Amino acid sequence: MALRLADLEVGRRFEEVVVDDLSRTRVVMYAGASGDFQPLHSDEPYARASGFPGTFAHGMLTMGLAAKVLTHTFGADRLLRYRARFLATVWPGDTLRAIATVRALDAAQRRAEFSIEVVDDAGACVMRGEASVRVAP
Amino acid sequence: MRRFSFCVEPGAVRRFARALGDDDPDYAQGRAVPPTFVQSADHDDPDYDRRPRSGEKWYGSAREARNGPMPGAGDSASGFHAEQEFEYHRPLRVGERLEVTVREGRHWHKQGRRGGRLRFSETISEFRDAQGELVVSARFVGVGTEREVR
Repeated sequence: MALRLADLEVGRRFEEVVVDDLSRTRVVMYAGASGDFQPLHSDEPYARASGFPGTFAHGMLTMGLAAKVLTHTFGADRLLRYRARFLATVWPGDTLRAIATVRALDAAQRRAEFSIEVVDDAGACVMRGEASVRVAP
Repeated sequence: MRRFSFCVEPGAVRRFARALGDDDPDYAQGRAVPPTFVQSADHDDPDYDRRPRSGEKWYGSAREARNGPMPGAGDSASGFHAEQEFEYHRPLRVGERLEVTVREGRHWHKQGRRGGRLRFSETISEFRDAQGELVVSARFVGVGTEREVR
């Protein structure tokens, strides 16, 4: 059951572990699904020769995973706006927790504004973002 | 400016959701589309440079560990995705066909913390339906350093 506006207040937080022990295979699945075959994300010899310890996740994989904290709470197709800044590299083996916090509510528009943070299991913030959600009446 | 068509195919939606480990039945049953799904329009962009194309040498490893720099990196030592934004004017519908335009946006520079000048560039994609109405706008911001900072 999707949450409604009356269930929300500024400061309320929603959290979800959006990936646990990120596998290289999931990164490859994302490359195939999204069409982004940049070899840094799937090609270990290329990544090493480019100066990285190995392959790493697409920023867009993190952004896609993080959206789950909102869509699972409010329903798919409720987003009006979604923005992300990528702050740190996400590596295979990482566990990511997405935290969405209500920053503002507009009852007339049924609109809730969220800040979003994605933290890895070492506590580093790998993505920061914002989203606007049209909440169910 | 590039233009191409992009169909919101039910199988592609299912596979995209699966790649995100998202079991929401709305995606599997074609009732909704994950918020970042439009990113997969890159599959339909004929000029997209992040997939191997027939008759062109791929820049990833094959016989050699590294076959070349990423195209489009220009004079920068590296190019990364710094920021992404989507604006949804209405929800996408599974099965609909959208016309996509991709154009360059602003460019700007910033001094990096670890040395080197950071060069930011924006790419704007717009997805319109058969009536010409805007469905999704997307803003990609890439960043490159003008000298190696690692």
